[in-house]
Amino acid sequence: MSPVHYVALSVILFVIGGVGVLVRRNAIVIFMCIELMLNACNLAFVAFASMHGNLDGQVIAFFVMVVAAAEVVVGLAILMAIYRARRSASVDDANLLKY
Amino acid sequence: MTTVTTIAATGALKLSWLLLVFPLFGAVVLLVGGRRTNRWGHLLGVAMPVAAFVYGVVAFFSLLGDTDRSQDQHLYSWIPVADLQVNVSLLVDQLSICFVLLITGVGSLIIIYSVGYMAHDTDRRRFFGYLNLFVAAMLLLVLADNYLVLYVGWEGVGLASYLLIGFWQERPSAAVAAKKAFIVNRVGDAGLTLAIFLMFSEFGTTSFTGVFGSVRSGGSGVATALGLLLLLGACGKSAQVPLQSWLLDAMEGPTPVSALIHAATMVTAGVYLLVRSNPILAIAPDARIAIAIVGTVTLLFGGIIASAKDDIKKSLAGSTMSQIGYMFLGAGLGPAGYVFAIALLLSHGFYKAGMFLGAGSVMHGMDDEQDMRRYGGLSRYLPVTYVTFGLAYLAIIGIPPFSGFFTKDPIIGADFTEHGSGGWILGICALLGAGITAFYMTRMMLMTWYGKSRWDDNAHPHESPPVMTGPMVVLAIGSVGAGAFLIINDRLQDFLAPVVGVPPVSHGIFTVAGTVALVLALAGVAIAWLRYGRLPVPVMAPAGRFLTVAARKDLYGDAFNESILMRPGQWLTRLSVYFDNRGIDGLVNSLAALVGGTSGRVRKTENGFVRSYALSMFFGAAALVTLLLVVRL
Repeated sequence: MSPVHYVALSVILFVIGGVGVLVRRNAIVIFMCIELMLNACNLAFVAFASMHGNLDGQVIAFFVMVVAAAEVVVGLAILMAIYRARRSASVDDANLLKY
Repeated sequence: MTTVTTIAATGALKLSWLLLVFPLFGAVVLLVGGRRTNRWGHLLGVAMPVAAFVYGVVAFFSLLGDTDRSQDQHLYSWIPVADLQVNVSLLVDQLSICFVLLITGVGSLIIIYSVGYMAHDTDRRRFFGYLNLFVAAMLLLVLADNYLVLYVGWEGVGLASYLLIGFWQERPSAAVAAKKAFIVNRVGDAGLTLAIFLMFSEFGTTSFTGVFGSVRSGGSGVATALGLLLLLGACGKSAQVPLQSWLLDAMEGPTPVSALIHAATMVTAGVYLLVRSNPILAIAPDARIAIAIVGTVTLLFGGIIASAKDDIKKSLAGSTMSQIGYMFLGAGLGPAGYVFAIALLLSHGFYKAGMFLGAGSVMHGMDDEQDMRRYGGLSRYLPVTYVTFGLAYLAIIGIPPFSGFFTKDPIIGADFTEHGSGGWILGICALLGAGITAFYMTRMMLMTWYGKSRWDDNAHPHESPPVMTGPMVVLAIGSVGAGAFLIINDRLQDFLAPVVGVPPVSHGIFTVAGTVALVLALAGVAIAWLRYGRLPVPVMAPAGRFLTVAARKDLYGDAFNESILMRPGQWLTRLSVYFDNRGIDGLVNSLAALVGGTSGRVRKTENGFVRSYALSMFFGAAALVTLLLVVRL
């Protein structure tokens, strides 16, 4: 398997995640789609690192994981708060901040 | 011209500030004291100017022996700022002492007269307060040793004039006349302030000695500008064309005010200003020509108005304008005329104040009737007023040996020797003015004192009390003798020589011009007798021809001001307001409306839906990536 296949897989995963973010309304599903996009990026980083034979991409992948973990903690806490206040996890219901 | 050294005041002149303090004290006590001073207020109001007059006489005699020096009494430093040093100092010299004696002397007589004239007025105390304020301000004007302090007095007399014209403030006409006088005077005052600014910027000083010392080095351009600006200031205060319109309306004030302020003293302040500034005018011949022209125009202008007015006070006011025109003409002749302008000013102070007091006495006896067409045959009822008025009449039309003959004819005569061929035009106009003067004064005499009585049956003319006739008698004596006293033996000329110089040529007392003036005056008398003495005077004014109609409307002075100055001014303000609202505000407002409208539309994109934000982020990111690729490729 050439590295190009990894990159192609990464693109497919990223597009799936992106479409999920745009079309789904459940906040938890959108969250998981964002995780999918982050992981698609990680896959691309690692694939490029292997292609170029240096460690930079692998190190960045670790950083992304740490950021993703932190983001999940904060995001899930906000989701919990919204759900308690509105009895709904739909992002369309939380639309008070507008014109 | 002899040089005059100014020395610090010595002897009696060390107390020259007393001149200001007396009337100022009277004004403050009467105006601040209020109703408590009602009972004795008029006595204090009379005592203070009289005290100032007594001091003035003492000062005059102590100055008499010492003619080549003027005395300067430093009071305090008013504005000690870097380059601008203004001291409040009183300059007692030959010119200012003449005015001090005129102001306090004639002023005291008129104020004594007011005790009787205003006896029935509930506000008599306030009247005397204002009169004292006026005397104080006028004395400050003539005693100042620099232009800035002079300006304080100048504005002070303007204020007193405003307060006294509008003294009967319950009459709308008096209130309007007071405002008009104040506003027209502002125009003139602007000229004086600009002159003071120019002095400071050019010479760095406003004191008389400083300005006169350095004006020669400033060149004739600066001197001409100064002369014209001072002329503008003088025109406003002295009611000369084109700022003449306020004086006729100022007759709304009580008659003693008209006598003191609008005949004898304040309106002559312009003449004082010009004569005082003679070193400036000496190197500004163009400004002198302008002054002479203004004076000539006004002397005809005022005479024509005076010939048509039926209101005795307005006719006298026109006459005052005309006489001050003669003084301006004299001042415009330079050294040949200064001394005669002052002589005419002093003798005019006597005879015109006497006439106004006579008119006031007639009004006092006729229930405040001012229309001469409702007088007639009054000489039997007011004999003292008649005689004093008659003497003043002989003085003003220039019958020898009364005052006017000695003081007015030299000005007419000097016209023909000054300003080249233009002087002949000035002289012929001045001669014509002498004829007009005789015409309107004779008309006034005939309509008031002779002929059949034309008043209503319920009017009971009676002579005024002695407190009023007394001052009139004294003024009549002045009208008879002042001219001869001042002119014969060149008394005034020698006295004033240190300040204004001497005329280059002496014409003597009996001149060709004087004789022609006398003949013209007699012709004026004859014409007036033909029209108003031989024929009965109708009670209703006849329609009159073009000139009469115009003169009754003050020769359209008000119409001119309204159509040339007021209406375009209003249009200009309306245009400015329109431009401000639509132009400047419109630009700012439309810009704000544009931003507001745009933002109102743009903010609709902030709809609160996360997915639409996410979509815009994706498109943004996609656009960025595309851009990067395009740039790299």
